[in-house]
Order: sequence, then structure tokens, then C-alpha cells
Amino acid sequence: MSLIHEIDYGTPASRSARQVTLTIDGRAITVPEGTSIMRASMEAGIQIPKLCATDMVDAFGSCRLCLVEVEGRNGTPSSCTTPVAPNMVVHTQTNRLKDIRRGVMELYISDHPLDCLTCAANGDCELQDMAGAVGLRDVRYGYEGDNHVRARNDGAINAKWMPKDESNPYFTYDPSKCIVCSRCVRACEEVQGTFALTIEGRGFASRVSPGAHEHFLDSECVSCGACVQACPTATLTEKSVIAIGQPEHSAVTTCAYCGVGCSFKAEMRGEELVRMVPWKEGQANRGHSCVKGRFAYGYASHKDRILNPMIREKISDPWREVTWEEAFSHIATEFRRIQYQYGRDAIGGITSSRCTNEETFLVQKLVRAGFGNNNVDTCARVCHSPTGYGLGQAFGTSAGTQNFDSIEQSDVVIVIGANPTDGHPVFGSRLKKRLRQGAKLIVIDPRRIDLVRTPHVEAAYHLPLKPGTNVAVMTALAHVIVTEGLAAEAFIRERCDWSEFEDWAAFVSEENHSPEATESFTGVPADLIRGAARLFATGGNGAIYYGLGVTEHSQGSTTVMAIANLAMATGNIGRPGVGVNPLRGQNNVQGSCDMGSFPHELPGYRHISDDATRDTFEKLWGVTLNNEPGLRIPNMLDAAVEGTFKGIYIQGEDILQSDPDTRHVSAGLEAMECVVVHDLFLNETANYAHVFLPGSTFLEKDRTFTNAERRINRVRRVMTPKNGLADWQVTQKLAQAMGLNWNYAHPSEIMDEIAATTPSFALVSYDYLDKMGSVQWPCNEAHPKGSPIMHVDGFVRGKGKFIRTEYVATDERTGPRFPLLLTTGRILSQYNVGAQTRRTKNVIWHAEDRLEIHPHDAEQRGIKDSDWIKLASRSGDTTLRAQITDRVSPGVVYTTFHHPDTQANVITTDFSDWATNCPEYKVTAVQVSPSNGPTQWQEDYNDLSNRSRRIAGKIQAAE
Amino acid sequence: MTMRNSAGEIAQRSRDIIRDRKHLEGPMLPILHALQAEFGYIPDIVKPVIADELNLSRAEVHGVVTFYPEFREHPGGRHVLKICRAEACQSVGCDNLADRVRQLLGIDFHQTTPDGAVMLEPVYCLGLCACGPAAMLDGEVYGRVDEHCLSEIVGRLGR
Repeated sequence: MSLIHEIDYGTPASRSARQVTLTIDGRAITVPEGTSIMRASMEAGIQIPKLCATDMVDAFGSCRLCLVEVEGRNGTPSSCTTPVAPNMVVHTQTNRLKDIRRGVMELYISDHPLDCLTCAANGDCELQDMAGAVGLRDVRYGYEGDNHVRARNDGAINAKWMPKDESNPYFTYDPSKCIVCSRCVRACEEVQGTFALTIEGRGFASRVSPGAHEHFLDSECVSCGACVQACPTATLTEKSVIAIGQPEHSAVTTCAYCGVGCSFKAEMRGEELVRMVPWKEGQANRGHSCVKGRFAYGYASHKDRILNPMIREKISDPWREVTWEEAFSHIATEFRRIQYQYGRDAIGGITSSRCTNEETFLVQKLVRAGFGNNNVDTCARVCHSPTGYGLGQAFGTSAGTQNFDSIEQSDVVIVIGANPTDGHPVFGSRLKKRLRQGAKLIVIDPRRIDLVRTPHVEAAYHLPLKPGTNVAVMTALAHVIVTEGLAAEAFIRERCDWSEFEDWAAFVSEENHSPEATESFTGVPADLIRGAARLFATGGNGAIYYGLGVTEHSQGSTTVMAIANLAMATGNIGRPGVGVNPLRGQNNVQGSCDMGSFPHELPGYRHISDDATRDTFEKLWGVTLNNEPGLRIPNMLDAAVEGTFKGIYIQGEDILQSDPDTRHVSAGLEAMECVVVHDLFLNETANYAHVFLPGSTFLEKDRTFTNAERRINRVRRVMTPKNGLADWQVTQKLAQAMGLNWNYAHPSEIMDEIAATTPSFALVSYDYLDKMGSVQWPCNEAHPKGSPIMHVDGFVRGKGKFIRTEYVATDERTGPRFPLLLTTGRILSQYNVGAQTRRTKNVIWHAEDRLEIHPHDAEQRGIKDSDWIKLASRSGDTTLRAQITDRVSPGVVYTTFHHPDTQANVITTDFSDWATNCPEYKVTAVQVSPSNGPTQWQEDYNDLSNRSRRIAGKIQAAE
Repeated sequence: MTMRNSAGEIAQRSRDIIRDRKHLEGPMLPILHALQAEFGYIPDIVKPVIADELNLSRAEVHGVVTFYPEFREHPGGRHVLKICRAEACQSVGCDNLADRVRQLLGIDFHQTTPDGAVMLEPVYCLGLCACGPAAMLDGEVYGRVDEHCLSEIVGRLGR
């Protein structure tokens, strides 16, 4: 294995269909029109010297190193800014060019430190490479003159010198090494879209400045790492590279955070991870990253990681480390005892969206084939289960319709209940790029998310609806489109069931669905709805992106259907630039749903009652499968409280922190007799566990993740599991202990079994993925290269189905005791329950959860910014600090749920989606009052938490 | 130009100035000129205000402000005297003139007299090459400036 070197073509690829042929250094080459000479030359295998050009950003033409001569043209144009022309004859190396380049390099080096041997970029420095390429042998100007290199010149303070900025936890900025190529500034603008960097001053005084001459940490920087990646010198360098040195080998893998599923090169030195660098060929991220995937991997080697299995008899006992064998036989004995004592259905399992396809497949197989019931559910229950149901009903598949590249062709984008710049940052950047090119944006969100107005991006419409009124707003949009005759009739007649459409059209046309009639309870002015509807229906390619602000409601499934209705009514399905796109919270939400993690579905979304499907698995597994759906997570907890459900295997999920109504969850867990938690850390759920099985990180195993665009991406092992076993091996050994004859030697064999049993994965194998890079399911005989866009020639279910979406207000109402509505969300630097990101330096950006409250509501309650407040609902109360902001409307408060100290889910209620039981996290009636300390519940819980994390007996090493 | 101490007042006044001009095509430079005319310099605290009003980042505003030597980041004198030091004026003796004016005012370029009366700045071409050496006082240009003329100008500055 060696370091993967990606070719830098210098300028972005041209998309032109017209080809141009030219001659470069005697070689004929044909490239698309609009390609730069530099890129054409690189494609022909000739590398023109360059410093300010890189193919992630547009050409700039400032370094004057890439000059060429073109026959019949005057002067020496820069090859990065000069497009090719038919029959052009280019020379990249002449005596004249050699002299110019060497002269330019002399000037660069005359103001650059000569500490190459001790420089962090040694071995990965383009300046060094170019000095070599142009044959620089001396610098006629010397090094003594005006410079940015030395803190003192002849004893006098050098005002041009600036000290290193080490404020960012992950990278340093050393202005003395900067050659002012502007690559970082352009990467921040063009790739990330934050515009946090600029060049201050001019001429020789020019320097890169974060914000208005601020430290990186204080500036607008979001630490995505695009500038560090773009820097050709050691000016912007990962602190890990400074500490360790240059990597020597790398493997392409997939990020373990959100549903964008970015591809990274894990760059290694031995078994030590040096850095994660986004992979340009990654089709989800196209070479971009965010602070989480790029930098926040420190949790993998955090001291809190548990590396040995542990057991305890009662949850009040301290933990005792045991061997793997002892742990497996203990679980097997306990689970069999419970089944003997309380019945076959008294145990179950929970799969995680943070685990891989293979691991998830094995857990559901263990439950169905080993436990002999269908009590398997996944954390998608609490996030995107309504997507599965809603899109399945409307289109026939439970998945987003597009790939991420599709956004590049969208003209109008609706973002509803999602906050891409925080939750899905890389997609957020790609969206912002398209918006800067002129696409229009409609934001439907109770909170003024960044996308509503952020440098160079401004939403055409922001519909600040009251939490819980999604269905009414979506139906009102449809009302305008239908009653104003803006529906795409030709599309509907061809692709959808016309009589169902007529029924739906009559329904939405009713006066009580008009924007004017719904304004009073949605809080959205009617003219905004009318404007947004007209824009979406007439603005060209319309795409809808949505998140948990849609699904986590009592009408989550209804809203998903309303979104599908809107897309079909405007003809926005089945081609690039349009579609319905759920933004998945965790990297493998799509995959874990695909893998049959639901109690009623076998892999590939086939109902458990379907005899043919069951037959496939029964023959392969040699067991008889139960044809009745099993218990969902909330049902398992209810049954536990009732005393009929006694044992559970939870892989990679922290239900105590992430599931609603924490007290109910803890009561359920407490009532069980054998709770097995399989995780990296002693998470909150483990406070109630009897057996803890240590997990392995994404860096420690081979497997696959399926991202939000149905893309199956490889995850590659780059280090030995610190706990000794990869997660699939743990599940396999547990199954063996329970008497199942499983003998997978490699996770690729699990994927082969998935492919053999699941039609939409028929052609997927590790070899095929290695060959293709990645594929988007369905990937089978009909779609051998996968399916970037779905429903191209017709809906999977045949005719698209319009469904009536009647708005029913949630039972969670505000009243005198609880007058405010709480909604929850995520922040850029933290991820989900924070188990990973809280154990990285990301805490510097978000050390605690805060409650966002409008100045009006705060003033009424005598609350000032940063005050401790008590947040109470019908379910419970907690304390946290307030942040006063007009991002939220009066009457609405907002918080994140990244920190267990806050336990925002103590507040949330047990109301849930009517179809899928997805909890209603996004609407809770609350009261806020000043407070001077933690609530009793928080104190009790902290106490329990500390007690239950004691580890008494240690053993030397895991088997 | 009046003195304003409160940051809040500066922010509010600059918001008014910006709103009057944000509809212009390429509004940043007219806004910066107007702000400098108002405050005598571009206070740091107005950069985020400009950024907010024009929907830009702070960095972008900072980049523009620092690019143009015309825009000062610190208060200048009540009067600004600029001496052209570009090639044409150099050829007709502006260097001597520059030495003389520094003597007369007792300050170097980019400095302000201790009483706050005059700030001295170099400028690279006022477009008066045909009648150099050239100078500019508070926006008014002078051609064929000699020592006598210079003394007179400096003398008029109320020192």
C-alpha cells in the first residue's frame, strides 16, 4: 500500500460537449471546449509549473509560473487562464519561459524561510517542488532585504512579520511561510462558501487575513479544512502533521458522521492516522469536507474508549472486565434463560445508523434467525421512518430520488426542516455554490437558519412557520399551485394516477387549505406562501431537500407525502436537478433501513408477511421465520415496563440520550434483566446495561455505508481494532454462542449474502465497489451501473400516487402552564448525542447546549443572555443556559441535544408519528424560568451516571 | 466632522449612511468614502455593519478597506495634505519638497501633527503630471508647488 496521489489538473474540468484539438509540445490532444491549456497539458501528461492554480478552484493567474508560449500569439500567457483553441500550438518549455520562471521563483524564495529540513510540509510542499522544477540554483537578491520571514531584522522589530496563529485546534497559520497565492481564500469562497478569508493590504504587504485581521478561531471560519488542503506550502498545516510527520500510505474510506457520506483518504504512518483528506473522486463530496469528518476523529483513540468486555449482575454494581468468551456465553445463557422464562418474544435487538450495512444485516439476522422473533428496530425509528413510509407510499421506494450532483442543475430549491450548513455541511456548501450561481431558495423553518441569509446567499422566501404546522403549509403551497393552474398536467397525466390526482386537487383546492385560511395557525403570511408556490412551480428545475424537521412530528409521514405530492404536481421527479431528497442525519440511516432493520421488513423493504421473500431467507438460513412483525423500539420499552420484555442487544446506539421521554426509556431499561450494549464508550444507555461489548471504530474494519443518495461506499480498515474484534465479528461470535452456525471469514461474504437475497443489491460486491468506486442502488441487471436518479422513466410503484394530506394539529398544545414551543436541532461542530464529537477538540466551538430564546420572551421572564434557566414540559425539566437571539420567533425556543448533562430529551414527550411511531421531537410545549442550578433529575442522573461507570476488576488484555 | 465616542452611535450612523447607498451598483466604495468623510477614518466596528448590510463577510470588507491606502483605519488629522511622489513629480523635484514639508510639519509621512491639525500622506500620481510637483489639501489639488507655496499652504492650516 502506498500514498494515494491525486492528480491536480490545475483548473476545474469543462463540461462542454464540444471538443477542441490542439498541440502541446508536439502532442496532439483533444479536450472539451473551455478547458485551460494547463489542464489540457496535464491530461496529456505534461505538468506545467504552477503555484496559484489547483483544480478545486477557478483559475486566478497570479503566480506567473505557468506561463507558456502559443505560436502566432504575442507574449507569454498564463496557461491556467488561457482556454484552448482549435489547432493551437503550445510550447510549455522554452528558453524564454525558463528564464521567466526562474526569475519568479527567485522572488518568491527571497521572502521565504529556508528551513525546509525542519518544515512540516517537507515532502509535501509545492513551493519546494516548483523550485526543483524550474531549476532554481541561487537567489540573486539575497535574503537580507525587506521580508516577512524574521521577527527581527538586525535587531530591530520587523513590523511585517506576524507570529503563528495556533488558535484553531486542528491547524496552524504561519504567515511567514505564505506566498500569497490566494488558494486558501478562493477555496473558502468557492468550495466552502464561507468567505472567511481575504488578502489584506496590497503589494508586498499583502497577507492572508481570517475575518478582519482576527485569529482563525475568532473569525467566520468554520474549520472545514478546504484552505489547509489548498495551501501549497506549510502556511496552513494540520497540527497532526506537525506532530507526527508526513504520512506514508493511505486508503480511501467513508466518513462516519452525517448522511452525506463523504469519501476521505485516511493518510497513515504505520497504524497511526496522520490526517483525513477529502478524496476528490468521492462522488458525494467531490473533494470537500467539514470540521467533523476532516478533523474530529480523535475519539477513536480517546481514553474513555472501553477495550474489554465487561459484565455486572445488577446495574448498581461496578463493572467487571471479562474475556470475550465469558461475555458471549453469559449473554447467550441469559438470553436463552429469559426466552425460556418469559417467552420467545421477550428479547430483541436494536441496530444503529452509525453501524455498517454488514453489521446491521447481521444483527437483524441474529434477531430473526437466532432469537426467533422480529423484535428488531433501528434508530431510524426516531428520525427517518416517516420518509420510508411516506415515499414508499407515493413513489414505491423508501429513498431519496437524486444524487448530490443533481443540485448543480437545480433552479429552485426548497429546504424544509433541515439546516444543511450545520447538519450536512458538505451538501450545504454545494447548495450555496448553486445558489451563488443564481438558483432561488425557499426556506421553510421556524428558525432563521444560516441559509436564510449568509454572505452571498439570501433566500427568496423564508416561511417561518409555527412548529407542528408543516402539513398545513405544504398543503397551502399545493392549494396555490392547483388553484392558479400551475400544476404540470402533462407530467401528471403521463406519470401519475390521474383520478387520484383529481381527487387530491379537489381536496387541496378547498378554501380551508388556502394560505389565507391557514395563516392564523401556521403564522406564515399568505402572500409569502403564494409567492413561494409560484416560484417553485414556475422557476425551472425544482428540488426539495428535507430533514428531521419534517419527519419528527405527529404528522411526519403526512408531511413526507405532502412533499411527494408537491414534487409530482410540479413535474419535478425523474431527471437531474429536481426530486425529493431526505437529508439523513447519520451516515448509514439509508443503509440500516435497507438492511431489514425494521420489525416488519426484511432487507430491501419487503414485508415480513410476504411468503416468497421469507422463503428466500428461510432456505438460506435454514430456519423458519416468524411472519408477524415484531416490536418497535417504543413498544419494546412499553413491554419492558409491563414486564413482558426482558433482554435487549443494542448495537451502537444510545437510546437513553437520543430517544424521547428519557424517564420512560430509563424505566424500560431498568425493568430488563439483560441489557447488552455494544459501543465504543460507556454511553448513557450503558448506565442501565448488564453486559458491555466494546465496539470498533470506522477506521478499524472493512465494510460499507449507504449514504442519503443511496450510494454504497466502501469503508476500509486502516488499523487493527483496539478492542481486538471488528463489530461484525462480535455479532458473529455472539450468534455462535447462541448456537447458530455462522462462519463469515470476511465482511465481503456478508455483502455477498445481501446481494444474493436482495434484488436491489444484486450486483453489489466488494470487488465491484472497488472497481466502480461506489454505486447507488438499485444496482442489478436492469441498472448495472447503479441509479443516480430514480423514477426516470416511471415510478417504481407504477403510477405516482397522490395522497390527501389533512392537517391535524398535534395533541401537544401550548397553554398557560407551558406557553412556548420547543424545537430541537444540531450544530455544525457536534454530532447527534455527541458521543464522538464531545471526545474531540470540537468542544471548543460548542461546549454546552444552549437554549435559544427570542428577546421578547426572555425579557418577559427576566432572562439575560447566558443566564441559567429551567426548561420544563409535561414530561420533565432540565436546566441549561440561555442564548438570546431573534433567530427564533417569539413563542418558539430551540436547543441542541449534544450533551448528556442537558438531556434535552427529558423534556420531549411520547407523542409520535401516526404511521411509524417516529417521536415528535420537534414540538414540545414548555415553560422557561430563571434558575440557579441543576434540577433534581439532573443531580440524580449524574449521581447514577458516576456510580454506574465504576470499573472494579481489570484484566490485562482482551482475548 | 464631529467627534463621536459611543460605538452604538457610530454603528447607527454608519447603518444610515450605508442604507442610503446600498442600492448603488458596486456600493462598497461609495459607502467607504462616505464613512471616511463622516468619521475621518473607517472604524473597525463599522466593518461588520457593512458586511451585514451588503450580505458580505467581515473578511471581504476588511480586504477592500485595507487594499486602498485612501481608507484609513485610524483617525487622521483635521486636514490631510498629500504630496505626489510618483515618477513625473520626482523628475521635477518632489523629493526635496517632501523633505521640506516633513521639516515644516515636524512629522513623517503617514503621521499626524501632535495637535491633530494635519496628516501627511504620500500619493502616487494625482494625474497632474504636466504641472508637477503636485499636492492635494483636503481634496483640493495644487500644481507646480514650490517651497514658497508649500509654506503658505502649511501656514494656512491654523498652526
